[in-house]
Amino acid sequence: MSLKIVVLAKQVPDTRNVGKDAMKEDGTINRAALPAIFNPEDLNALEQALQLKEQNPGSTITLLTMGPPRAAEIIREGLFRGADGGIVLTDRAFAGADTLATSYALSCAVRKIKDFDIILGGRQAIDGDTAQVGPQVAEKLGIPQVTYAEQILKIENGKATVKRRLERGVETVVVPLPAVITVNGSADECRPRNAKLIQRYKYAKTPSEKQGLSEECLKLYEERPALNLYEWSVNDVDADLDQVGLAGSPTKVKAVQNVVFQAKESKQLTAADSEIEELVKELIANHTIG
Amino acid sequence: MANFFLDNSDLKHHLHHPLMEKLVALRERNYSDAEKYDYAPFNFEDAMDSYEKVLEIAGEISGEIVAANAEDVDHEGPHVVDGHVVYAKGTQKNLDALVKAGLMGISMPRRYNGLNFSLVPYIMAADMVSRADAGFVNIWGLQDCAETIYEFASEEQKQKYLPRVCAGETMAMDLTEPDAGSDLQAVMLKATYSETDGCWYLNGVKRFITNGDGHIALVLARSEEGTKDGRGLSMFIYDRNDGGVTVRRIENKMGIKGSPTCELVFKNAKAELCGSRKLGLIKYVMALMNGARLGIAAQSVGVSEAAYREAIAYARDRKQFGQAIIEFPAVYEMISLMKAKLDASRSLLYETTRFVDMYKTYEDIAKERSLEPEERAEMKAYQKLADAFTPMAKGMSSEFCNQNAYDCVQVHGGSGFMKDYACERIYRDARITSIYEGTTQLQVVAAIRHVTTGTYLHQIEAYEAASIAPELEPLRDRLKAMKEAYVKAVEAVTATKDNEYIDFQARRMVEMAGHVIMGHLLLADTTRNESFRHSAEVYINFGEAEVAKHAAFIAHSTPEMMADYRK
Repeated sequence: MSLKIVVLAKQVPDTRNVGKDAMKEDGTINRAALPAIFNPEDLNALEQALQLKEQNPGSTITLLTMGPPRAAEIIREGLFRGADGGIVLTDRAFAGADTLATSYALSCAVRKIKDFDIILGGRQAIDGDTAQVGPQVAEKLGIPQVTYAEQILKIENGKATVKRRLERGVETVVVPLPAVITVNGSADECRPRNAKLIQRYKYAKTPSEKQGLSEECLKLYEERPALNLYEWSVNDVDADLDQVGLAGSPTKVKAVQNVVFQAKESKQLTAADSEIEELVKELIANHTIG
Repeated sequence: MANFFLDNSDLKHHLHHPLMEKLVALRERNYSDAEKYDYAPFNFEDAMDSYEKVLEIAGEISGEIVAANAEDVDHEGPHVVDGHVVYAKGTQKNLDALVKAGLMGISMPRRYNGLNFSLVPYIMAADMVSRADAGFVNIWGLQDCAETIYEFASEEQKQKYLPRVCAGETMAMDLTEPDAGSDLQAVMLKATYSETDGCWYLNGVKRFITNGDGHIALVLARSEEGTKDGRGLSMFIYDRNDGGVTVRRIENKMGIKGSPTCELVFKNAKAELCGSRKLGLIKYVMALMNGARLGIAAQSVGVSEAAYREAIAYARDRKQFGQAIIEFPAVYEMISLMKAKLDASRSLLYETTRFVDMYKTYEDIAKERSLEPEERAEMKAYQKLADAFTPMAKGMSSEFCNQNAYDCVQVHGGSGFMKDYACERIYRDARITSIYEGTTQLQVVAAIRHVTTGTYLHQIEAYEAASIAPELEPLRDRLKAMKEAYVKAVEAVTATKDNEYIDFQARRMVEMAGHVIMGHLLLADTTRNESFRHSAEVYINFGEAEVAKHAAFIAHSTPEMMADYRK
């Protein structure tokens, strides 16, 4: 059967290789110093979506992301890998959202998309590490959820069989569709960008990215509708202003500490048991091990 | 997070050569595909932007996947299960990534689901994949056998096979046999036509077949019973789906261990004739080999790049006598010469690629419409240059690749002799480049007529007339003096009219021409991009001494002295 798949994705600062200037004085992230990337586990989710699309001909994948207008970059990254279209949920009113407000906004957008069988997303984003947004979206939509998914084994009779990677083993569950499935980093890595797709979609743009283009250039978007990416505002998704952005976020960050690891001089030991024992004790005492 | 395209600005420099504007416009038939295909370029800038974006993908896969798997693949290697090849795990992952990225059938026309790219970005991708893993590039790079199907097979065969190659099926060229290596005229594999079944059957053995279990193979076989030479050979297409060929063994090689080199047994293997009977060797294999030689030149340059990078990183890191070893003249000279040879061979590689691409593209256009007289003249000129430059590029770059791999180990000292560093694998992988697809000695055989007929000299004179940055004139004057020495040597040798003597001195003369040509190419590179200046200086210092050495040898030789060597 053909599926309508929605992939929730987030553009995040690349926190995997942070330098000294990763944080500003006030403890907020210095976004200028960190490249904006496709959240890694969302890429795992996209790969699951692409595999489902291969197994179920006629399926479509829509990427949904909330963020500033430049988040359209990750929609294109998705198109280059095989997604069919995308929406950027963008509005000043969405800014400053915690997971509650984010999941509310996303669920409003999903309701507007209306026709969907599966919502996939990464387990968590590398900037917040909460793993809350996927489950909250499921709750708000009133549909079942499967977390820690490693592989969607099959889709049959309106049910998905999903392998979950848990701390001490693997669990296989069956879930009725529509459902939200959040995907683990241990799932298949996302495929590379495709040579033909990157040529087909490199000019795909959102309305705000099209601003200032000449009439001549704009004609292209009439001739090739697939190049039009969408931007939805608070009004577009009929969201309640009190529940989005800062206003809708009960979580307040009280303080952020900048932990700087400092390299020390190396320490030389002889192979004597007593010295090694001393070292082990020291490492346990300072919580490096144990 | 290595990207072998983005971390090497030299590639972008070669991609944006001034000839590309004309070349790409020809390839794209003035961008007429844009109406039919939504991934075809609208204009030159759009095409170049696509080339860069796709090369970025190839660079990412090379840097992050292929390079990361290279060591494991070298250890694990492929093996035979039930008469078929199972690749090393890393090899399969590399291949899957490149197939998913759509990097197969790169230069095939769009109507067969290819990307219709110029050969320049295709060879550039091969350059990067080779830097990552020289063994793996063979499996991926055999896609250029598709060129031979495209050029010579029937439309029906093209429609059957080319989309499969573009979708990721691998290829093989089954030429050599136990008694037919360099001498392919001795091929014995028997092709028999069955009137009852209306098809050909192949029987016999092939040996040293790279990726011998590929999905689609081009097979050279004897179709004319009773013949003994090349005129009795035809080219066939074997489809693995039809069966009939089994892998008897995989060779245990010194290097490129991830690439399965197979001994194949054909037992009534069904095959289709490709092109016309009897033209197998004399026409199609020659075309196939020229494409493959360009591929080996790219492989050589990629391995040279890997060797250079390993060497310079180690030399900066390794401290002896209180300083990094790169501070010592003996080491920094070695490293800068490695870079100069790398840059010189890469410039020659892309110059050759453009020549090949120009003439092949004109040839392809000629199938659609008759060429204008000036176009026809240009095609002929480029064809001649392609014929002259291909064996030179393959010969010189594979020798430089070996020299760089040798120096890379040398820079590592005792550590380089251990299995712990990548240089050891690079050293073993490099060794094949000057052997297969025609040894360096056979490249010289192909190149020598361009010494005697003046193709190289004519092109050198064209380089001398080209405009370069004025401050490079003193270097060009030295190249002119080197050319004079070359001309004098060629005159002295050819004046004897002794063919054996010409063969005896051939390699020296071809190398002299090569040094002069690569010197000019580096001056052109420096004119466009100052970063090549060091390599131009260093290479011309090196080439000048080499030319003088060969000139002295030839000046002191006579045909009579061959007796001392002949024994």
